[in-house]
Amino acid sequence: MKTDVVNPEQGNRKFLNKLEEQGVDVQACYQCGRCSAGCPVTEFFDVTTMEVVRLAAYGMEDMLLNTRAIWLCAACETCATRCPNDIDIAVLMDVLRELALRKGVEPAEPRVPAFHRSFLGSIEHWGRVYEVGMIAAYKLRSRDYTGDMNLGVKMFTKGKLNLMPHSIRGKAEIRQIFSGKGKEYER
Amino acid sequence: MKLSYYPGCSLKGTALDYDESVRKVCRLLGIELVEIPDWNCCGASSAHMTSHEAGIRLPLRNLLLAAELGLDILVPCAACFQRLKAAEKSLTADPQHWDIETYRGNCKIIHISALLATADVLDEIRRQLRWELSSLKIGCYYGCLSLRNPKITDVVNFEQPEALESIVGAVGAEPVSWSHRTECCSGSLTMTRPDIAAKLVGDIVDAALRGGAEALVTDCPMCQANVEGRQLDLPDGPRLPVYFITELIAAALTGAYPAKQKKLHLVDAGVLSAVMQDAHRSREETL
Repeated sequence: MKTDVVNPEQGNRKFLNKLEEQGVDVQACYQCGRCSAGCPVTEFFDVTTMEVVRLAAYGMEDMLLNTRAIWLCAACETCATRCPNDIDIAVLMDVLRELALRKGVEPAEPRVPAFHRSFLGSIEHWGRVYEVGMIAAYKLRSRDYTGDMNLGVKMFTKGKLNLMPHSIRGKAEIRQIFSGKGKEYER
Repeated sequence: MKLSYYPGCSLKGTALDYDESVRKVCRLLGIELVEIPDWNCCGASSAHMTSHEAGIRLPLRNLLLAAELGLDILVPCAACFQRLKAAEKSLTADPQHWDIETYRGNCKIIHISALLATADVLDEIRRQLRWELSSLKIGCYYGCLSLRNPKITDVVNFEQPEALESIVGAVGAEPVSWSHRTECCSGSLTMTRPDIAAKLVGDIVDAALRGGAEALVTDCPMCQANVEGRQLDLPDGPRLPVYFITELIAAALTGAYPAKQKKLHLVDAGVLSAVMQDAHRSREETL
């Protein structure tokens, strides 16, 4: 169901149930706007933080999964911290991103999930993040070959980049986490 | 005091000097650190932002390893601290969901400045102080994750924290009053949207300059790298170095600020050396 019109009657019940399960009471929003007011990146969003909450309350999942806002959210938790109705907007953002990835929705800000994939790929491989390898993987994935070249060179010459990866012994446990362990009971 | 120690990946990568200064300061203050054996990455923002299960299970493994040591856990990185706390909350609320029979949760997770700002540690810092960093005006920058969400972090003064100010005061420097102490620097977006990061960092630096700061001090390795690194993208203007809180304490307790340490900063970090030289000079004059 793809819709460009906000219509609560077409709201996605499964999505609303998922939020309820996660303890995110989007219906409690009375649109005071405190979340948007404190959000450091809302000026770069296509829908404001408060609109994300409102659209979620209407069950407008498709619309939300296609926004840039879900990817530009920096997870600073200012919104959730300040919400007078205790709506965990930070968790709402997490749920939206996870759904977008699981459903294979084309991300409106593709570099952001490309970064997350590179970061997590590094953890999956080594058990810890190996920054140099992670950055290389991100560059390949995002095709952002030239960005931050000067910064990278500067950090390298200053000796700020540790060139050696460190591998942990319990890598099998880490791979198990990424294999979906624990998700057997999730729909 | 003996604590288990979770350095986290940043302190093994781009913030090796933070790790060194944390260990040095703890050694000087008589705090013994036992690194958690075979610890793994906490998943940082990337894990919880894309997978709830991985976002809890990654830090959770570290909690279980730490529980074997049975000591409170010291965490210098704000993101690691927040993720370990989040895992602890989930684990305590419903251990079975995470396939754990019981979890006693008797290891307290402590962020570095919460430890350093306790009354006893502050007294010890004052007692051992060799060089007062007087006249150095510092903007204490907390960022996000050591504070928010307070439901996770259990921090009480999350809008008006004072830990860094009390430490900065203890080494004789002057914490300035300014507006952006707990604003986000968008560290998690710095590689993907450097334009956004530069805007936020510019706002933070401007605010600190308005407050009269000559330098920033932080307890978050992502903030340190991002707030220094993105200043290079800004139009010409005054720049502010970002010191780690332990870097400052180490200088004040040892009376030395090594050139090697200064060189690691992406922004000119000479102001601390200058203050140290002044302190040396005034001491010689009074002798």
